[in-house]
Amino acid sequence: MNSSVITFPGSNCDRDMDVALKKFGFKNRMVWHNDLELPKSDLVVLPGGFSYGDYLRCGSMASKSKIMKSVLNFAKGGGKVMGICNGFQILVEAGLLPGVLLRNKYLEFICKNVFVKVNNKDNPYFKDIKKDTFEFHIAHNEGNYFCTKEQIKEINDNNQIALFYSDKSGNVNEKNNPNGSIKNIAGVFNKEKNVLGMMPHPERMIDPALSGEDGSIFFENLIDNLK
Amino acid sequence: MKISVVITLKKDVLDPQGKVIHQTLDGMGFEGINEVRQGKYFEIDTKEDNNKKAGEKVEEMCKKLLANLVIENYKIIEPQ
Repeated sequence: MNSSVITFPGSNCDRDMDVALKKFGFKNRMVWHNDLELPKSDLVVLPGGFSYGDYLRCGSMASKSKIMKSVLNFAKGGGKVMGICNGFQILVEAGLLPGVLLRNKYLEFICKNVFVKVNNKDNPYFKDIKKDTFEFHIAHNEGNYFCTKEQIKEINDNNQIALFYSDKSGNVNEKNNPNGSIKNIAGVFNKEKNVLGMMPHPERMIDPALSGEDGSIFFENLIDNLK
Repeated sequence: MKISVVITLKKDVLDPQGKVIHQTLDGMGFEGINEVRQGKYFEIDTKEDNNKKAGEKVEEMCKKLLANLVIENYKIIEPQ
């Protein structure tokens, strides 16, 4: 399986993602934002970080980078594109995913482990995954998912909500909402489910000695699904 | 020609920064404030000297980059 991780100026989770993808069997290539062509890929990842220093709005500058034309074409042709954290912000700014990520409700940068509940397993990212809730790390200032009333109806009707913030047992309520996201949304798909954006970082949970193994479960399952 | 753009958050979008500024102003003794909403202001100096054309160009910039229309409105201030 071939994967590509795009590095934007200010990306800082690109190498963590590279390590994670390689650990679970992907042949990964790093792609610079100024490149025009994507290498042959089964998965393209937009990593976390602070692309372009979060100028204007998080992800807005990166969404207009040269490489993004190829990423948009790849996604429109059904290619799998996953955005983590700042990558999620880039995907909404690029128009590949609905909604937008606002400043966290209580204005603080949040850096902690959270639990997320998988809402939809009928897609290449979570199909056959053996757990329903995952412990992942979040680290963001703008993770407060927002969309219009029409959009929320649309993403509900199309089953586009990927992950909810929850407790360990999968209860989704305001108490487990770290950042004010509408309906506790932590990740969404596009209509076709080939594009996924999420605020949590699965790549930070791939080593039991350092963090945990829920990310390992995610990546092992993902590569199996893409084969 | 210089054209200014003001970007504001739409009415139903939460503006926590505006809220904190409001509270701080209250704390400083400024009375009678109903609400504070924070926005952005841009000055764009363009070589275009036709008012209408420049306005249209800036409108396109607003739609494509300066504003995110899911959460923001833009207002173009015509050159004086």
